[in-house]
Amino acid sequence: MKMGQDQAPLLLEPQPGMGAVLKKTGIKLCLYLPLLLWTMITLYPFWYMMVLSTRSLSEIFAFPPPLWFGRALADNYRILLARLPFWRNVWNSIYIAVMATVTTLFFCSLGGYGFAIYEFKGKKVLFTIMLATIMIPALLGIIPFFIMMRYFGWINTPRALYLPGAASAYGIYLLRQYITGAVPLALVDAARIDGCSEFGIYSRIVLPIIKPGLAALGIITFLGSWDNFMGPLVILRDKMTYTIPVALRSFQGQAQTDYGAIMVGASIAVLPLVTVFLFMSRQLIAGLTYGSIKG
Amino acid sequence: MVELSFGNKVDRFIRRKAPYLFISPFFVFFLVFGAFPIFFALYLSFHDWNGIANSPMVYIGWENYWYTLTDPLFWQALKNTIILTIESSVPQHVLGLFFAFIINLGFVKFKSFFKTTLFLPYITSTVAVSMVFAILFGYPYGFLNYLLVSVNKLPFFQTVFNWLRLDPPLKWLGSTSLMLPAISTQIIWRWTGWNTILYLAGLQTIPQELYEAARVDGAKWYQVFFKITLPSLRPVIQFAVTMSIIGGLQIFNEPFIMVGKDGGTGRAGYTLAMYLYQTGFEWGYFGSAAAISYLVFVLIFIFSFLSRKLLRSDEGVS
Repeated sequence: MKMGQDQAPLLLEPQPGMGAVLKKTGIKLCLYLPLLLWTMITLYPFWYMMVLSTRSLSEIFAFPPPLWFGRALADNYRILLARLPFWRNVWNSIYIAVMATVTTLFFCSLGGYGFAIYEFKGKKVLFTIMLATIMIPALLGIIPFFIMMRYFGWINTPRALYLPGAASAYGIYLLRQYITGAVPLALVDAARIDGCSEFGIYSRIVLPIIKPGLAALGIITFLGSWDNFMGPLVILRDKMTYTIPVALRSFQGQAQTDYGAIMVGASIAVLPLVTVFLFMSRQLIAGLTYGSIKG
Repeated sequence: MVELSFGNKVDRFIRRKAPYLFISPFFVFFLVFGAFPIFFALYLSFHDWNGIANSPMVYIGWENYWYTLTDPLFWQALKNTIILTIESSVPQHVLGLFFAFIINLGFVKFKSFFKTTLFLPYITSTVAVSMVFAILFGYPYGFLNYLLVSVNKLPFFQTVFNWLRLDPPLKWLGSTSLMLPAISTQIIWRWTGWNTILYLAGLQTIPQELYEAARVDGAKWYQVFFKITLPSLRPVIQFAVTMSIIGGLQIFNEPFIMVGKDGGTGRAGYTLAMYLYQTGFEWGYFGSAAAISYLVFVLIFIFSFLSRKLLRSDEGVS
């Protein structure tokens, strides 16, 4: 925050006299207010979701709408479990997100290491092809993705949702950049002279150094998988295989949509991640924006 | 000595092949799941295929593209998508820049509290949050309508609403004119914090000397903002805006959940991604769906290119 402190006197040039002091406080207030207002707008939907999860359907659609917690949480929870194997759906979401993270980190760190450390024939061409695909929108892949998964017989299987994404062009780009920046080639050469095998260099020297990069890619992958909707929507047809978003969506489609129960489900989908985030926000924000500023 | 030189040879061989060994797992996957689908979609877009596994694909040339481009539904989806992209992107970046600028000021306390809070929406599940927003925008008893009806009792707001020809409670998700603003509100809610953090990081890379020099020259704060801050942030702005365009033109989850797969009343919330989804997965025209996906691709390409041109810095700072 060093720079912010330097900047302040520039923005609010100290002027003598009472008027200047008033003006200064006025400006400060004018700048704080929108920030506080947006903070409230940001937080309110979370609050509203929790409040609604404790309200019955008739209370949710009453006037005035509920502003404080009610007593229907247990009922809503029971309705949710009666209509959906919800904890199974939660498990599916977790399983797919964890597997997506692990496989992406594995493939991308191997590939990123290869591209960062070695010189080899065709390196430029291969890397350019890969970079070119980063700009291609995900939507382009959805039709062939579905056809291929059906051809492989992977409909209704979790691996359809984590394996194809494991070779992420963005991921390998991110890690290659990270390795190039963080691992000195002299270190690699020194290890080689000491008799370290190529795989040993990767696993015992490079991987520990690039932990922050791996963490960043891991978080991005996990959140992306957790949020994924269109993929599971076309692949998962059986209630037992649903992830949380598809499960919530199937609930919404039913004749008398019970929004209280949906809000319980939504809270389960949202609140644990929010809690984790609150405890380690600094590292997570740094990780999530890492690729954006450098890239 | 013989064994040693043989060992050396093996070692050299492994060493020479090592790069390929390391990148091949990735590349096999990439070719199958990353590169092949791109060409397969292109191939498919020139064929008539109902998606049933054993039925034949019939080559029909540009027919799928021609059909899509003459389909009124495509043009409606295109119009909605572009409006939604603009309505959701512009506020995101204006607010993001504004908040980044404020948080970056020296006197602002609780910086990390603001950063964390503003960033929260990004880590939520879009589908879950869309459902919360659908109730928030509910008619007639959603929270937003409750607020509007309450403030409408005050004469000042009455005048404002009269002037805007609005009469709360409003059918946010049930009217053709308010649907897209309602959907974009959620997108703005989600991404403003993300952009704020990005712009904050950008602000912190601006060299202090520039500000010092400005101070010595006696520049006013708005001069500093428009002459130093904004130009220095150009690369970050360009990146963030491009991301918004790429995401906006593919928007699916929010409208799909908030107004349903048909796009709600008068299909006012129907986007290109929803059009693609229905064409392929509901109506079974896989060839047309592939053609739509390529049209979206071209569109994204054009818009990213335009934003790049528009936001390019004159002094070549990027």
